[in-house]
Amino acid sequence: MGRYVIRRLLQMVPVFIGTTLLIFVMVYGLGDPVAAMFGDRTPDPATAAQIRHDLHLNDPLIQQYWIYMSGIFHGDFGKASTGQPVSELLKSAYPVTLKLTIVAFVIEAVIGVALGLFAGMRRGRFLDTGVLAITLLVVSIPTFVTGYVLQYLVGVKWGIVKPSVGDGAPFNQLIMPGLVLAGVSLAYVARLTRTSVAENSRADYLRTAVAKGLPRRRVITNHMLRNSLIPVVTFLGTDIGNLMAGALVTERIFNIHGVGYQVYQGIVHNNPPTVVGFVTVLVIVFLVANLLVDLLYAVLDPRIRYA
Amino acid sequence: MPENTDAAILDGVPPTTQDGTALPQDTRDKARSLWTDAWYDLRRNPVFYISSLVILFLVFISIWPGAIAHTDPLQCDLINSQNGPSGGHWFGFDQQGCDVYSRTVHGARNSVEVGLLSTVGVALLGSVLGGLAGYFGGWLDAILSRVSDIFFGIPILLGGVVFLSAFKGGSVSIVSTFIILLGWPQLARIARGAVITAKEQDYVLAAKALGAGHGRLLLRHIAPNALAPVIVWSTIALGTFISLEATLSFLGVGLKPPAVSWGIDISSASEQIRNAPHMLLFPAGALSITVLAFILLGDAVRDALDPKLR
Amino acid sequence: MRGAKSAKWVVGAAVIALAATACSSSDDSGDKDKGSSTKASSSSDGIVRAWWGDPQNPLEPANTNEVQGGKVLDMIFMNLKEYDPKTGKAMLEAADSITTTDQQNFTIKVKPDLKFSDGTPVTAKSFVDAWNYGALVTNKQLNAYFFADIDGYDAVHPSDDENAKPTAQTMSGLKVVDDHTFTVKLKQKFSTWPDRLGYKAFAPLPTEFFTNHAAYLAKPIGDGPYMVESYTKGTSMKLVPNPNYTGPSKPKNKGVLLKVYTSDETAYADLQSGNLDVLDTIPPADLPHVKDDLDGRYLNQPAGIIQTFSFPMYEKAWSKPGMEKVRLGISMAIDRKTITDKIFQGTRTPATDLTSPVLGAAGGFSTTLAGDAVTYDPIKAKQLIQEGGGLPGGHMTIGYNADSPHKDWVDAVCNSINNALGDNKACVGAPTGTFADFRNQITKQQMKQPFRSGWQMDYPLIDDFITPLYATGGSSNDSKYSNPQVDSLINQANAEGDTAKSVALYQQAEKLILNDMPIVPLWYQNGEAGWSARVSNVTENAFSVPVFTDITVNG
Repeated sequence: MGRYVIRRLLQMVPVFIGTTLLIFVMVYGLGDPVAAMFGDRTPDPATAAQIRHDLHLNDPLIQQYWIYMSGIFHGDFGKASTGQPVSELLKSAYPVTLKLTIVAFVIEAVIGVALGLFAGMRRGRFLDTGVLAITLLVVSIPTFVTGYVLQYLVGVKWGIVKPSVGDGAPFNQLIMPGLVLAGVSLAYVARLTRTSVAENSRADYLRTAVAKGLPRRRVITNHMLRNSLIPVVTFLGTDIGNLMAGALVTERIFNIHGVGYQVYQGIVHNNPPTVVGFVTVLVIVFLVANLLVDLLYAVLDPRIRYA
Repeated sequence: MPENTDAAILDGVPPTTQDGTALPQDTRDKARSLWTDAWYDLRRNPVFYISSLVILFLVFISIWPGAIAHTDPLQCDLINSQNGPSGGHWFGFDQQGCDVYSRTVHGARNSVEVGLLSTVGVALLGSVLGGLAGYFGGWLDAILSRVSDIFFGIPILLGGVVFLSAFKGGSVSIVSTFIILLGWPQLARIARGAVITAKEQDYVLAAKALGAGHGRLLLRHIAPNALAPVIVWSTIALGTFISLEATLSFLGVGLKPPAVSWGIDISSASEQIRNAPHMLLFPAGALSITVLAFILLGDAVRDALDPKLR
Repeated sequence: MRGAKSAKWVVGAAVIALAATACSSSDDSGDKDKGSSTKASSSSDGIVRAWWGDPQNPLEPANTNEVQGGKVLDMIFMNLKEYDPKTGKAMLEAADSITTTDQQNFTIKVKPDLKFSDGTPVTAKSFVDAWNYGALVTNKQLNAYFFADIDGYDAVHPSDDENAKPTAQTMSGLKVVDDHTFTVKLKQKFSTWPDRLGYKAFAPLPTEFFTNHAAYLAKPIGDGPYMVESYTKGTSMKLVPNPNYTGPSKPKNKGVLLKVYTSDETAYADLQSGNLDVLDTIPPADLPHVKDDLDGRYLNQPAGIIQTFSFPMYEKAWSKPGMEKVRLGISMAIDRKTITDKIFQGTRTPATDLTSPVLGAAGGFSTTLAGDAVTYDPIKAKQLIQEGGGLPGGHMTIGYNADSPHKDWVDAVCNSINNALGDNKACVGAPTGTFADFRNQITKQQMKQPFRSGWQMDYPLIDDFITPLYATGGSSNDSKYSNPQVDSLINQANAEGDTAKSVALYQQAEKLILNDMPIVPLWYQNGEAGWSARVSNVTENAFSVPVFTDITVNG
């Protein structure tokens, strides 16, 4: 198994190169960023030519990529369109987003699994219908609306918490944004757990466990839940990255200067260093999360082995 | 569980002639595969009929929206902007002064098409690639999984602007293709996980020991048992894909104006939520009903496929 | 036991993953400390907390061409002239006098004893060096063209060829006479040129700008009413009164904290709950209830912005003879009044000419100049469009960039045209994903159909609304409109020493342009602001920027 982990970590190298190249080409495909710098004015050709030269925009794509990559190996991630070094943006945005992700992740994992477990054990009852209703609600009401309405009611009207997240993004201020961000994923987790639990509740080993006279609590946690969690854990693993990258709407509503916001800025200003830098880190997060999930399979189901 | 050696997987099509209710119980038992079993079960489930009826109705208004909505959804007079429900206009007017009822009915076609095409595409591509990765493991798994890692990372806006701009103006099929392209990795991971679990089950190992080939193992023994999470994920994803179309349209790269869709109307209503909540209620309600119908249908199919429920 | 062993590996992999993020989380605490020093939001400290958008360029005066960067430059720089916040008139501030006898050679005397916030003196050289820096092509300043009227500009900024190198480092038209006097020679006569000097590109620069540029960018230094106390890029900037400032607009508060927001909606929520004091952009969806939400602490007044859409006059389909009737008909098919009421809740005023109400009647604004051409008349409109041969190909689109909120009004304009023509598919909006892509299509003349355009004035003079947009080869003439009669009227107006006569000439040109209708004037954008109960005396200048020096903090 040790060799398996090492092999997986080594696979990061081609993924890193593949991602940076792909994203670089895509941002390049967005077109020339220089015209937009002049606002609604026709760019002055001499100034524009100077800027293009400085950004290496006249070089062939592969050479631009090479310049960017050799910069990275010297710790230089390039500059954002505002002139701020991308490494600074990475340092300020990732910790905040990581915190928000942790909050949202805990919410969807804990509440989602709990709801799914009870709904699955008592199918067709009140809680099961409740999970279905929540699912319909989060799928058809956009995050913008839930975020805006929560912010208006809790933050403005009742004044329970500050409507926007302050400097340093303390955890207690991230509960509301985390809830909004977790919404749709919560529905997936609850319904995946529910189905899995319902399926496993009739499995032979469970009947055996009950027949052996094991306490109900142990049967549920050790036997039923553990075996029901594989699809849920898979989903949660893929969702970590989604939560980090897809928080744009939530981040905008609650004034969080995180990853989603910075990537958006990078795309809108056709700035390859920003987008490539952020997305590359994201892909590494995906890779590590998926590795953890694969290792968890073996923990949850001893029959699964890795060479 | 009944292990029929000869009834092939292709028997998913219900054998209508032998399967009439008049036939005695025992003869049917002999000839039934898992899939025909499932079909038999489905037909006795009222939930299956209700959800199918709703879906049929959606298909009907997608094809003939004019049958129940007589106003042109593009006939908009700003004077009526945000006016609430009234006698002649039950759902009220939107920001531009268009009839919300007419737009909700006419929006069904684009939304249902995008939702179905994307979901079916993602389900097929994701479960095939994920299933193969999970079943064979090794280098195939490594390559497919790492490719999906890269796809995960592509931001929707970036992918949307680059990919969809290249096609100059989105049609339903182009938008759906794009959603499939970005949507398959997550389902592939889920299918892969489910297949990894299923392939270690005793009955699979038994079938393998009996000399069953890869195709047979995958389709007859593993697929039915790995299907549940795929169905659950897909039925919810259907709704999120319908909303995703709106996100793309609002980024200027989705369906080409003046396309009408629930997603587009939900998005524009969202901004006005404090001023005119009725604008959100009706398209969002239509989306809810659609998702509900597919979730219930998915549940019914899943239950029918589960031999332990019998 | 397998389970236990694999669990160990899970922990191992998790440790590696955490190690990868460890460096960033340790920096986190450092950021927090920085944040708290700029926070300063207790209710009695006399600091005004105001909304801010992240500036798009480094805060160099000749390199800042958008409002958010301009906001800070306004606060930290005092120019030779400054525009009066109420009347918009250019008044002498850092200059003692600006004199000329021939409208081409100007002598400028700088007030003695002026100092930058770092204590260094403001001299004639501070201006001349700053302007030379701004004009030199290798410094890549976006506003370099502001110096184009000065003699010798072409040598430092050759523009005929993209690869041409400058043949001089300084402009021959600028000469330092003594510590507080310098002269400017223009390429040709330009009577109102001194009134341009209030634009921030003409600000003086301290020595540090040239000797330690990085330090300047981290914490800009100027000679204005405020000085930068701390600046966390992308988050906030704290400004306090500049003790060395001796000008007329001494701050009436103890400082301003500019906070960068990710969206207007959040800022509006913060404003309502008392976490923000001044917000100069109200989210459109909140306009219907803004007065209730804020108990009337809201202003809505004219600003120097006009919104339009342009026809691609380089496209035969839109410019061939007869199309002027179609273009005029399209303008008359737009119900500006209803759109400004319903979509913009009265924060736009239907356009009646090509300028802006902030110019005032004396400055060239007119409520009647465009007349019927902008009056809603669907019947006449349809008739004109038919007489002109109809829309090219039977339909039209209006292009816009989807990363800003243009969709609602573009759809409304199209619906208005469609209703006039009785064809619900005659006009539709045509979104482009990003502003960058949108601008590229325009500058490369790839737009085959009309596209949205707009103009925010640089300085409150009628020439700024006409010359860049409609003169042949004008810097923002995106529709590539060209009319020799208009060009010659503009030249006459620039050379005219008498303001009233000059304005009349510009208005003559305006009438000719409106006959051709290369650009459809839609509405004038207003400046808006909402404020908290904690502050008073909130006003805005003609550039729709709050007059921060006048704001007082209550109790």
